[in-house]
Amino acid sequence: MAQQFGLGRRKFIVYGSAALGTSLLIKGCAPATDTGGGGTTAGSGETIKVGILHSLSGTMAISEKSVVDATQLAIDEINSAGGVLGKQIEPILEDGASDWPTFAEKATKLIDQDNVVVVFGCWTSASRKAVLPVFEAKNHMLWYPVQYEGQECSKNIFYTGAAPNQQIEPAVDWLLENKGKKFFLVGSDYVFPRTANTIIKAQLAAKGGETVGEDYLPLGSIEVTPIITKIRSALPDGGVIFNTLNGDSNVAFFKQLQGAGLTPDKYPTMSVSIAEEEVQAIGVEYLKGHYAAWNYFMTVDTPQNKTFVEAFKAKFGQNRVTNDPMESAYIGVNLWKQAVEQAGTADDLEKVRQAAIGQAFDAPQGPVKMFPNHHISQTVRIGEVGDDGLFKIVYATPQPVDPLPWNQFVAETKGFTCDWTRTDVENPGQFRMEGS
Amino acid sequence: MTFLLESIFNGTSIGAVLLLAALGLAIVFGIMGVINLAHGELMMLGAYTTFVVQNAFRALGDSWFDWYLLVAVPLAFALAAGVGVMLERSVIRYLYGRPLETLLATWGVSLILQQLVRSISWQMTLQIALFCLLFFGGMWLLKGRTIAQRWHAWVTPVLLVLSLGIGITTGLAVGGAAGLAVTKPWFGAQGVDVTAPSWLRAGVNLLGVQFPFVRLFIIALTAVCLVAIYLFLLRSQWGLRIRAVTQNRSMSACLGIPTQTVDALTFALGSGLAGIAGCAISLLGSVSPNTGQNYIVDAFMVVVVGGVGKIVGSIVAALGIGFVNYVIGSGLFTRFLAPGTGLYDFFEFFASTSMARVMVFILIITFLQIRPAGLFPQKGRTVDA
Repeated sequence: MAQQFGLGRRKFIVYGSAALGTSLLIKGCAPATDTGGGGTTAGSGETIKVGILHSLSGTMAISEKSVVDATQLAIDEINSAGGVLGKQIEPILEDGASDWPTFAEKATKLIDQDNVVVVFGCWTSASRKAVLPVFEAKNHMLWYPVQYEGQECSKNIFYTGAAPNQQIEPAVDWLLENKGKKFFLVGSDYVFPRTANTIIKAQLAAKGGETVGEDYLPLGSIEVTPIITKIRSALPDGGVIFNTLNGDSNVAFFKQLQGAGLTPDKYPTMSVSIAEEEVQAIGVEYLKGHYAAWNYFMTVDTPQNKTFVEAFKAKFGQNRVTNDPMESAYIGVNLWKQAVEQAGTADDLEKVRQAAIGQAFDAPQGPVKMFPNHHISQTVRIGEVGDDGLFKIVYATPQPVDPLPWNQFVAETKGFTCDWTRTDVENPGQFRMEGS
Repeated sequence: MTFLLESIFNGTSIGAVLLLAALGLAIVFGIMGVINLAHGELMMLGAYTTFVVQNAFRALGDSWFDWYLLVAVPLAFALAAGVGVMLERSVIRYLYGRPLETLLATWGVSLILQQLVRSISWQMTLQIALFCLLFFGGMWLLKGRTIAQRWHAWVTPVLLVLSLGIGITTGLAVGGAAGLAVTKPWFGAQGVDVTAPSWLRAGVNLLGVQFPFVRLFIIALTAVCLVAIYLFLLRSQWGLRIRAVTQNRSMSACLGIPTQTVDALTFALGSGLAGIAGCAISLLGSVSPNTGQNYIVDAFMVVVVGGVGKIVGSIVAALGIGFVNYVIGSGLFTRFLAPGTGLYDFFEFFASTSMARVMVFILIITFLQIRPAGLFPQKGRTVDA
């Protein structure tokens, strides 16, 4: 072996540099796709800088990349219509790399070095919890586009995704009414599913349903055989599965559910993290007949949605789909723009915050409005996966549902509310409602 | 009875997946002593091969679609084996006997492969092909020429920079001219869907136990792979050579065994098995650039617990881990214990899938404290790496 190395080292350098070259090539292509359409600095020379903070690499890149695309679309549309306050918006894209400390670092960088006036971003609750102290310490502003577990109300965050009472609770109600009283709860092992399931259990107890079991998979795990055994022994004659799994585990779960004989006619599954993009990645064959609850589906029949979908496809490709977090991101950018225009400034965050409350927007999902608790009212919809991989909407609330960040089924937060226009209470983020 | 049958079947089916993922590693790590962190990515390539074959067969029509696995399995083996040989010839063979450097180099390779799958497009294929053609073609042309000897130190860097430059610019120019059709990634960062053929999607209920066909298929595939490896290693000429080189490299070389070819072959075999494993897991789980990472830790765990260098050890370890995982995770213990007792609470606490994993790790660590060399330690003189 030893003789090989004297001769081999030089060759190794050659191959090493070849490998380096290849990786450079690979990297060289990445910016071309990532910043495509971005950085339109045309205009009077002065721009308004905004930050976009999402995972472009790592396990969450799967979901977050398309939210970046939707944010980009909203910014481009505003720019081509003349910008905000006569200035073009200049997005600065940062990669949180699916790593929560990195999110906090990049948020600091966007605020301190790039001097952005607002940040659009984050997907997982873990990343939001990681950047929250940064935004609060610097009294800055984040617009968060994903449905989440609630139980949070920050002055520095605007939440354009659903609170639990705008997604999970109506879904449970609908299931109780249409699909049965016995629920098995399956989730990934982190903050969102655990909080969501606490809420569901409290709600089922209050409304005459029954939780027959719950189980959590580690994030990324694909071995679901023990869970399927548990479901079968807890629900021998069928029942409802409420699914808060995230990421790769979802694929494994649905692929193995069918072979295990748990078909949607006896075991209807309601998911809150499966949207159009995920259906494509899991495979329609496995999902047909199962349900999902969202505020927006690509199949929503409004003129605004038609324009949105067409604009998105024209920009990013005909085979792309739109989903709820993307629409929420799109709403976020537009509401922020309206708030800035009403405040007359983008730099004075206090004024923008005040102006944001009460802003209404005709979103693709229907009309939405920013509430004093920094969440928006949303229409709740339940969709069934059809043959084409899109959702057939089987239920929609007649009116947009008002957001309640503090859950009213969970004992610790029952009776609490949040109102950032109040100055007479000590903590407007969480205080007891009058008469409760 | 039903209960016992169910436990055995489900434990075996979890174990079969673990074993299939670990088999290639048992050869590469166990026999050659190479710590290949890119093993998971070879599995991922196998899974993507299955995806491509599936799409090709879907285009042919429904009757063909049912049989795409017949092509996907050998193709996944061939592709992963090919990439494995490239990896061995270009990186690993310079690092034999240096485990730390091998570990870092293969970790780098795994990251490159992941990013490659995320961003590969026609544009990038063109760029890489052009680069390889110019660089390696240039090296080959200049080899032995006087000009190359005089400017010896400069040939490689100049060629490298030139071919990189030409490759990238041509790619960008073509991409700019042709647009989305050329620059769009083939797979992207999103996962892709692999749908099992319809005959594998269902299951059968016998004696009150549900047998998903896809699990039966994977158990059968694992068995076939095991028999094939056994026959190859113990009954074929090249298997004999592999075993000889493993036991004593210099003596084998003296006896005229081409050790370098044997190295490449062994690595190809291990990588190819990773490809087959990738094909199998694509039927069960997700196919995305990170797919391989979900399995690499488990695969090493199986090989270490079983005893490095012993394939029998890996088999027993995989089945054992699968069985323990299932029994704890599904809370079967709690059925036999009276609620309220301490033991019941103990098992109840670990009876969730994520806590079962913790428990399995604790058991493995404890086990390795008692038997550091694993279930089947290698006896006699240690392997000459």
